[in-house]
Amino acid sequence: MGDISRIQKRPVTDQDAENITRVEELAYELKVEAVMTKEPLTVTPDTSMRETLDLFRQIRISGAPVVKDNQLIGIISIEDLIRSFQENDLSAPVSKYMSSSILTVHGSDPVIEALKLFVNTHKGRLPVLDVNNKLIGIITKGDITSGILTALQKDYHAEEIRRYRASHLFEDINSDRSSLILRYNIKQGDFIHGGSASSAIKLALLRLGATPQIARRTGIAVYEAEMNLIIHTSNGGVIRVEIEPHQISINISDDGPGIPDIELAMRPGYSTATETVRELGFGAGMGLVNIQRCVDSMRLESVHGKGTNLRLKILLQSEETVGEASGTNKEN
Amino acid sequence: MNVKELITLIDGHLCNPSANLDREVKGGCGADLMSDVLASIQPEAVLLTGLCNPQVIRTSMMADVAAVIIVRGKTPPKETIDLASQEELALISSPFGMFELCGRLHRAGLPSLERAVGDEPCSCDE
Repeated sequence: MGDISRIQKRPVTDQDAENITRVEELAYELKVEAVMTKEPLTVTPDTSMRETLDLFRQIRISGAPVVKDNQLIGIISIEDLIRSFQENDLSAPVSKYMSSSILTVHGSDPVIEALKLFVNTHKGRLPVLDVNNKLIGIITKGDITSGILTALQKDYHAEEIRRYRASHLFEDINSDRSSLILRYNIKQGDFIHGGSASSAIKLALLRLGATPQIARRTGIAVYEAEMNLIIHTSNGGVIRVEIEPHQISINISDDGPGIPDIELAMRPGYSTATETVRELGFGAGMGLVNIQRCVDSMRLESVHGKGTNLRLKILLQSEETVGEASGTNKEN
Repeated sequence: MNVKELITLIDGHLCNPSANLDREVKGGCGADLMSDVLASIQPEAVLLTGLCNPQVIRTSMMADVAAVIIVRGKTPPKETIDLASQEELALISSPFGMFELCGRLHRAGLPSLERAVGDEPCSCDE
């Protein structure tokens, strides 16, 4: 079920899981080949109706494709069997009673195409063809139902359970003050991984139930600081994020070389970045300015020759809290 | 406008075919300085840039960008494409230059999602 992995990242709430629109969405995302029954039992046009009846009974199916020389030529169903039974004609070949006006779907079609055909034609099953029009499976409404249920379940388990647990993290822990601390070691000059710590922090905050705005503000502030560690430090540095229900405290520290003139460094457009760094799109002299615009408080301390310490704080309003139920339920 | 329509409009080549083509793009922002992007862009925009390095994708993730267009037909390096695939963000290369592309998108009804300097105390709080 290759398509399910793509869906997993989408947030799904309990309400969504029960919501018909979510199921409709899945009907567009899931492919027929992911939910169909593969290598279905087939009969030939010469098979007798009686043999077909026995087959249906044995493996508990209610219809099968009729195949001749590897070509799909019809569909035989339990309704056709009933007709032949009424006429006392069970020894007749399948070709006499099968329906040969065949509607088919392709394996790569979204499930919604099959659903539309089911609704418009009252067919019970549809043969599934590959790109070369070869029969690869059969699909029924039951296949679609169970396929969608499986997808919903995976969807739900992969992200939402995690998100749900995280968003209630602080509720079951009793202390005078609980917090969650995330630490990231950033290497000097590691442009390839630059930004991965900020990405991880942003995702963690969303899982903890932070609003998209809070996650965005924190992400941007930490990203600029992370790039500063990569660009300007001698030996890299450490990002420490302390998450509490009502505030996020970020501490970024390094051991050198330090900023000679903080006032100058804070001036928009002032930069000491090299040409190489500028080619990467950084070093425009806006990093610290951007950070300041995203946080509620910022304290920058630096000793030239020793190192720099940047402390940031983002305060959360009562409806924005993280890790508590009161702060969740705002997926968008 | 969704990503699929966007690609048609700019004769674009989608570098990571697994991206979600139905994602809605609400406007645009063009910049080569990532700090400018972070300072000015509002969520759900398409980002037009001449840069090809992975930081473009990282910046986009932080800024809730809906799709990235690389101008002047450059082919981004593998690390950038891999990161875009991982983040499921459409990465599109177009043969046209920045001015031409901004013009085409604007004409097609996409508004600017760049906030002007001095508009807001916190540019990222949208």
